[in-house]
Amino acid sequence: MAFRLKLIPDQTSFDFFRWQALTFGISAFLMVASVAVLFLNGLNFGIDFRGGTTIRTESAQPVDVAAYRDALSGLELGDVAITEVFDPGFAADQNVSQVRISAQDGTEAVTPQTIATVEEALRGVDPEMTFPSVESVGPKVSGELVQTAIYAVLASLVAISIYIWLRFEWQFAVGAIVSLFHDVLITMGIFALFQIRFDLTTIAALLTIVGYSINDTVVVFDRLRENLIKYKTRALREVMNLSVNETLSRTTMTSVTTLLALIALLVLGGDVIRGFVFAITFGIFIGTYSSVYVAKNFVLWLGVRRDKPDPKDPKARKNLSPFEGAEEV
Amino acid sequence: MLQIDRWKRVLIFGICLLGLFYALPNAFYARVEAHNDAVARIEATGVETPELVAARDGWPSWMPSNLVNLGLDLRGGAHLLGEVQVAEVYKTRVDALWPELRTALAAERDTVGAIRRVEAPEGVLSVEIGNADQMPRAIEIARGFSDPVTTLTGAGQQSLAIATQGATLTIQLSDAEKAVTDDRTIQQSLEIVRRRVDEVGTREPTIMRQGEDRILIQVPGIGSATELKELIGTTAQLTFNPVLGTTGDAEAEPGLGQFIAPSIDQEGVYYILEDTPVVSGEDLVDAMPGSDENGQPSVNFRFNPSGARAFGSYTSQNIGQPFAIVLDDEVISAPVIRSAITTGSGQISGSMNFDQANQLSVLLRAGALPAEMTFLEERTVGPELGQDSVDAGKVAAAVGFVAVVMLMILSYGRFGVFAAVALTFNMVLLFAVLSLIGATLTLPGIAGIVLTIGMAVDANVLVFERIREELRTARGPARAIELGYEKAMSAIVDANITTLIVAAILFVLGSGPVKGFAVTLTIGIVTSVFTALFVTRLITIMWFERARPKQIEV
Repeated sequence: MAFRLKLIPDQTSFDFFRWQALTFGISAFLMVASVAVLFLNGLNFGIDFRGGTTIRTESAQPVDVAAYRDALSGLELGDVAITEVFDPGFAADQNVSQVRISAQDGTEAVTPQTIATVEEALRGVDPEMTFPSVESVGPKVSGELVQTAIYAVLASLVAISIYIWLRFEWQFAVGAIVSLFHDVLITMGIFALFQIRFDLTTIAALLTIVGYSINDTVVVFDRLRENLIKYKTRALREVMNLSVNETLSRTTMTSVTTLLALIALLVLGGDVIRGFVFAITFGIFIGTYSSVYVAKNFVLWLGVRRDKPDPKDPKARKNLSPFEGAEEV
Repeated sequence: MLQIDRWKRVLIFGICLLGLFYALPNAFYARVEAHNDAVARIEATGVETPELVAARDGWPSWMPSNLVNLGLDLRGGAHLLGEVQVAEVYKTRVDALWPELRTALAAERDTVGAIRRVEAPEGVLSVEIGNADQMPRAIEIARGFSDPVTTLTGAGQQSLAIATQGATLTIQLSDAEKAVTDDRTIQQSLEIVRRRVDEVGTREPTIMRQGEDRILIQVPGIGSATELKELIGTTAQLTFNPVLGTTGDAEAEPGLGQFIAPSIDQEGVYYILEDTPVVSGEDLVDAMPGSDENGQPSVNFRFNPSGARAFGSYTSQNIGQPFAIVLDDEVISAPVIRSAITTGSGQISGSMNFDQANQLSVLLRAGALPAEMTFLEERTVGPELGQDSVDAGKVAAAVGFVAVVMLMILSYGRFGVFAAVALTFNMVLLFAVLSLIGATLTLPGIAGIVLTIGMAVDANVLVFERIREELRTARGPARAIELGYEKAMSAIVDANITTLIVAAILFVLGSGPVKGFAVTLTIGIVTSVFTALFVTRLITIMWFERARPKQIEV
């Protein structure tokens, strides 16, 4: 017998409803806490969503945030935020910081003069300083981007629930949507809690989480649908447990391979996309959890009509035939 | 039992080989890029220098030379989102209407009475007439200047919207005409921006319309957005106007049909000019940097025949009078006409250095923007930062790939190796498709590829887990493999369609980098389903046919 790494034993029979009260409590608590943090801390919106300018600075000398702030304080730029950026990929004499200036008046992005003055002021601290990237978004565009982002998230939730509803039953669609909402909300809560920059790519990350989480949920649902037809007389709760146990090995394996790739990216992929990758990585955890504990619990709670097998399913039709049981499986 | 038709095998093999063929140029990125640039350069100039030929021959011409485009965040360059102030054109149109309308109304002075233009918002022409009771006649005259608008909806709308209030006649462009004008303004702006960017000659700029009145400009390799903005943000409206006088007061009230423009080099000097220009920049056919008789930098220009005629007749009638060369509402110079200029060429000199003379001639050659452009969004990424991102992405992708492959082999043994082969082909096909459709790879796009590496094996995992289950119940390994693929199918399809829905929404609503992410994610899903369902299956069956194992272990 050749060696096989098994993350999950061949056959498991965990009772995923045993700690139902606890997992439900945890999920509910996390969701409420996320809402609270979102209200208390707010999201640390990037310039995509609130307008303004970010300038990335690079210098051979260590970043002195106070000196930068002093240099810029006389320019009357409004709200200025300076953060030092760290990355294992940086060279020893590569000191990077990010300077964010709030949106100036009007609808325009920023005047070249403003950028020139800021760069000049910062060169006063270190004449050798370079500015590898300058990004500026005007208030008009940022307002539209907020709108687009909200539409994107809502549209994907609606489209997915319609698809699940068509392919399964409406209870499954509700279960899927609740779990997606759960994942997105808690991820946003984490962003608010740690004040990680929330910008357009974060929205892309949220949608990716939605995609991954639904992927996981659908695999469980698919097995559940199959088992509901196979074991007509067993209790729904039992069939659900069986389905999750049968797919557990796959759920774990896929989560681990995805996390392996993402962690490589998180550590080695550079600081520019770290926020984006972090959001997806966190979302994979929460998405895996929710497809095991949230989605199907909701379906159980809503109940599924089981007397009417899905007429579209060929296996179901077979089961209706007089030759029931003649199948090889 | 376990079978695949011969033609299907050939097809699967063929697709993989084709993928390899088309993905290959990306492995030699710099060389292929140099080859492509050289080919384009030779085609454009017709000159074959030894360097160009060497660069061209660096990559065989029978090989595909499509590459994955690198986005601005990876290559470095500038991105601008400009909004064209389309309403400015309404003003120009209405103001141009006034002299003609004045003449037409003046001809019927006996009926309509004295006329005078009164204060009105921009883009609106308000005229007060002496005999308010003769308003219907005045309206009729004004209607004479209105044309039917041809729109897509085909409704027979007029170009002018005419209204009256007491003795005041108010004329402005109708909504239909405004829509048509807006469209034309944007088209012209696009064309001019394209010409100006082309003059600078950078590789593959993206210039496209976005929404109603916006233009997206992406220029790789340019130093900063500020530089780009100076190039395309200048209206470069050149006119030659008669000078009526000078003043030191910037706030002085000009008469109707006149305007005040500051001198570009003399502080505190303002010229009072006639609104209607003698000739404008549209009549220019060429502009080149040069130097004047004192060796100072200048711009030499030439008019087209109608411009030359207009300029010639004006200068012959106004010898001894000054006229002004006006660029974007600033007087560059106001020389006195010494003799009639009928040659159709001239020279602009003033306080400028050679760079400025060069840029001005570029702007004059490319033509003026019909309306001002304001910039709503701008991003600059330095080339080093982009290169750092590419390098980091490569390392991360390689490490992620090795880690996933190791886990797959440890977990599924021989079948893990099959999955690893499929994953390799998945990456190859992904790059082939990206190159063929000319997609742009952005930094989030790289993240999409790495994510694909992690998620692509999912379909294989689903199948292998299913085979394991089937092995416990089914008769014989062949049957188990077959059932494994068959039964995992619906889960694979459902799971991937939902992800595809999300990717499609991201693609439609996203912009720039996010769109790049959606593209790699979408293609990654399609190629991973193909490789998982067909490639691993083919490999499995080929191994099975050869080895004929009595029992298998997944």
